[in-house]
Amino acid sequence: MMRRALLPGLLGALVLAYPLLVAGFPVYQRLGALVLLSAIGASAWNLIGGYAGQVSVGHAVFFGAGAYAALAGYAQFGLPPIAGAPIGAAVAILIAAAIGVPTLRLSGHYFSMATIAVAELVRVLITNWEWVGGAQGLSGPAVPRSLLDLSFTSALPYYYIFLAVLAAILLVTWRIEKSRMGFYLRAIKDSERAARSLGVAAGRCKLVALMLSAGLTALAGALYAIMFGFVDPESGCGILISVKMLIMAALGGAGLLFGPLVGALILVPLEEISNSLLGGRGAGLTFVVYGAIIVVIARFLPSGLLALFTGPTPARRPLDTEPSHAA
Amino acid sequence: MSSILLQVIISGLLIGAVYALFSSGLTLIWGMMNVINFAHGDFVMLAMYTAFLVWTVFGGGPAASVPIAAVVLATIGVLSYFLLVRHIMRGPMLAQILGTFGLALLLRYSAFWYFGANFRTLPDTLLGSPFVLGSIRVDAPRLLAGAVGLLVTLLLHLILTRTALGSRMLAVSEDATAAQLMGIRPEHMQAVAWALAAGATGIAGALIATFFYTSPTVGETLAIVAFVTVAFGGFGSVPGALLAGLVIGVIEAVSAFLIGPVYKDVIVYTLFVLVLWMRPQGLMGKA
Repeated sequence: MMRRALLPGLLGALVLAYPLLVAGFPVYQRLGALVLLSAIGASAWNLIGGYAGQVSVGHAVFFGAGAYAALAGYAQFGLPPIAGAPIGAAVAILIAAAIGVPTLRLSGHYFSMATIAVAELVRVLITNWEWVGGAQGLSGPAVPRSLLDLSFTSALPYYYIFLAVLAAILLVTWRIEKSRMGFYLRAIKDSERAARSLGVAAGRCKLVALMLSAGLTALAGALYAIMFGFVDPESGCGILISVKMLIMAALGGAGLLFGPLVGALILVPLEEISNSLLGGRGAGLTFVVYGAIIVVIARFLPSGLLALFTGPTPARRPLDTEPSHAA
Repeated sequence: MSSILLQVIISGLLIGAVYALFSSGLTLIWGMMNVINFAHGDFVMLAMYTAFLVWTVFGGGPAASVPIAAVVLATIGVLSYFLLVRHIMRGPMLAQILGTFGLALLLRYSAFWYFGANFRTLPDTLLGSPFVLGSIRVDAPRLLAGAVGLLVTLLLHLILTRTALGSRMLAVSEDATAAQLMGIRPEHMQAVAWALAAGATGIAGALIATFFYTSPTVGETLAIVAFVTVAFGGFGSVPGALLAGLVIGVIEAVSAFLIGPVYKDVIVYTLFVLVLWMRPQGLMGKA
């Protein structure tokens, strides 16, 4: 019993002490905070994309709802950005219901394409919506007016805020994983038809998972806006936001509790390193590397890195694909 | 007013024929093996850069760039099939989506890295002066693109429905095991499908490059146009893609004219969501 608790205990202590261990290096504190922030978004995605197997490529919409709500509240009404977070989450949940009700009836590919289209639609609308800053975007408070603005120069407070939020999300995910709902979601992922035939209310389960995932993703967006104090259509709603969540979860292991965190631990430092090594041109090359990593995961490790430790990969389908016509 | 509107509709039909052509590639792959190629828009982008290189390096116009782009893209399509798609299509759905999505990022940002983010355009005068009929003026590149787009889409449809090769491909898409028992190799037919789809996309891209700006991210927009066209026309249906491409071209052109160019994407994306909502199998798809 003692031995089994040893490794998680050590890891937990390391995570808690990390910013103090690198106290002399603000860059590493910031990196730690960024890893946690990305892990929050990817873990939120994991609920619908990983556990329920409904691959959304449009989570940037929910992320953007949170980021924009946080800064629009400040820009228009002088509210502290954190006050916008619940509004952003509510908006994201509403959007999720509006997307989910029609598209979750359809099989996976349709859902993925619909989410891309909705995300692009929202991005174009936001770019032309002056109330939220149009193409210029929105900025947060330049100087913190009170502690409520959560505007710090050091990354240390962000690290612990993000850590607390991530821990809460993982706890919620873990509870779901162990609940009836978790079994339903995995059943739907394996075979929706079989799950339905056994009486699982598949449509409702997927919708609840999507709405929960959307609300939590909006929270990630709000935290991003609070830390960076800026959002524009590309950084709030761009397709790469959605893609990063998806890749982190898939690299670590989609549908596994710690999968997204493992993915973030690998990809965020990689992105930061290649950006700082390659400078301005690095942005392109970073995503070349991203693309290559994704292709390699899809080709050789379809269940993610953690799956290497947790068990055999699922059996491959025979050459005959499933009956193709979805609806 | 009415002659301007007529002109707008004609230019919409011409661009719609090109949409139909590159969407046919996407729909062919989907219908054949239930895989969506998320890198499809980036295939178009590569074809546009191919046309651009043919012009800057050899000074060649569409007569050279269209066949070259077709061959280059068909090669890329076959390579994608053998190196990636053949393996991921047997894996879980997340791996399928990830695989072609990763390919899209890889191609898009390789182009970004190599060519830079600048917009490139081919010279307007490449094909001579606009074509005038009464009060209607049509730019020569658009006329050429529309005509070739229409012809090649029809040709693709004839290959799929009227030749032995087309029948073999259909057999594989209906039941790969049964086709194998009849002496047809599914992998060969699927590779042929990728070659045809990517080759058609190459032709479309080289045509678009004659009147549209080329940039590394142009594929993102075009991919969504292709998704809309395919969803609207019905997955797997080339005639559906043709009809939907023309309709979408006209809707885009008319809404850009009446409401403003910024909102043409909004209209098209909204249409897409509505189609998925009301008629997920599309205009000509099987329910």
